[in-house]
Amino acid sequence: MINRVVKNAEDAVKDITDNMTLLVGGFGLCGIPENCISALVKKKIKGLTCISNNAGVDDFGLGLLLQTKQIKKMIASYVGENAEFERQMLSGELEVELIPQGTLATRCLAAGYGMPVIYTPAGVGTEVAIGKEVRTFTYNGETKEYLEEKAFEADFAIVKAWKGDSAGNLIFRSTARNFNPMMAMAGKITIAEVEELVEVGQLDPDQIHTPGIYVHRIFQGEKYEKRIEQVTVRKKG
Amino acid sequence: MLDKNGIAKRIAKEVKNGMYVNLGIGIPTLVANYIPDGIDVVLQSENGILGMGPFPFEGEEDADLINAGKQTVTLLNGASIFDSAMSFGMIRAQKVNLTILGAMEVSEYGDIANWKIPGKMVKGMGGAMDLVASAKNIIVAMQHVNKAGESKLLPKCDLPLTGIRCVKKIVTELAVLDVLPTGGFRLLERAPGVSVEQIKNATAGRLIVEGEIPEMVI
Repeated sequence: MINRVVKNAEDAVKDITDNMTLLVGGFGLCGIPENCISALVKKKIKGLTCISNNAGVDDFGLGLLLQTKQIKKMIASYVGENAEFERQMLSGELEVELIPQGTLATRCLAAGYGMPVIYTPAGVGTEVAIGKEVRTFTYNGETKEYLEEKAFEADFAIVKAWKGDSAGNLIFRSTARNFNPMMAMAGKITIAEVEELVEVGQLDPDQIHTPGIYVHRIFQGEKYEKRIEQVTVRKKG
Repeated sequence: MLDKNGIAKRIAKEVKNGMYVNLGIGIPTLVANYIPDGIDVVLQSENGILGMGPFPFEGEEDADLINAGKQTVTLLNGASIFDSAMSFGMIRAQKVNLTILGAMEVSEYGDIANWKIPGKMVKGMGGAMDLVASAKNIIVAMQHVNKAGESKLLPKCDLPLTGIRCVKKIVTELAVLDVLPTGGFRLLERAPGVSVEQIKNATAGRLIVEGEIPEMVI
């Protein structure tokens, strides 16, 4: 079996250089590749374009790369929880492209499935449609307008899984799955960090979410903080 | 006049047995608290849950299990987890029966604006544009007027749009209205203690009042 294991986060991101485009998995702070983000901060590379649903919070997730001004452009669907992000965006330091969440997911999917474009009704008649081709299709008896959206072309995808094996097969846990499987499929080179790395043969093939063919490098993260953005609980009894 | 919980309670009456429902952030989230016993619905959270349950008990929160508002939640028996592409796939394919979301403005043709105030606030659309572009049944939970007392039910939205001609029904602190395909807000119900005159004054778009307008029962 092909061995995809690299030593650690530093090793995994060693050839990510200035001005590259990265897909970064996670939703909010849930299922983000914490160890790779830290390694990129240490690496001090600049001019990155990051495609990720959110932009982290001020002091965690992609917010860490914003603080150090390593991100030139952010492509996301929702950026509401980050004051430094807002400041950089309003001052023009940071270029921002906001796109619908489903469009973001499906543009990743298209890349992983080898389809250059998809058509979606999301954003028709809004500023998201500006400059895009609009086509009308009749489907299931309903005639609607759809926007043409392009598959992402990213240098690297960086994702986080719960378990993985040395062949790069991945299993995600609960809602930490989110964008990770589609981003894993969409990178020219995909790096997966996992909470637990096992030998081949130890994962049930029927339970694999992302087959190792999509994963070029895998390592077990040194530690996971797994910060919760909003702890909401109810009292017992 | 209704408070936020009152609006949520009234919207809960629109939720029918067997529906798959997506609830947006804010007042829509509260709707889950008022779904009557005996009405079986499945809540979808667009980050990848069908069968979302209540908040966890103190100490049982799980960083890997959150809803679309990034709050810790639980799963009910029969729940399922899936990725973001499938989540929006089931929305686009209209498998989700009802979408309830908030709005800053709605036009008399059912256009909605809820993601951006130019120069002031840019949070992003999240999943809202996907939801409003595909959902067959969209109910908006909103305040009838803004803090400055200006109507949010308009002939035409001023703010950047989230979607066009998509809102079917609106529940505010003052009224229940539906949006006619030919344009106009048709008044269906008044909130307790609210007069038709008050609703007229708070509605900048075309308001259609036909016959006696009943008071809401909640």
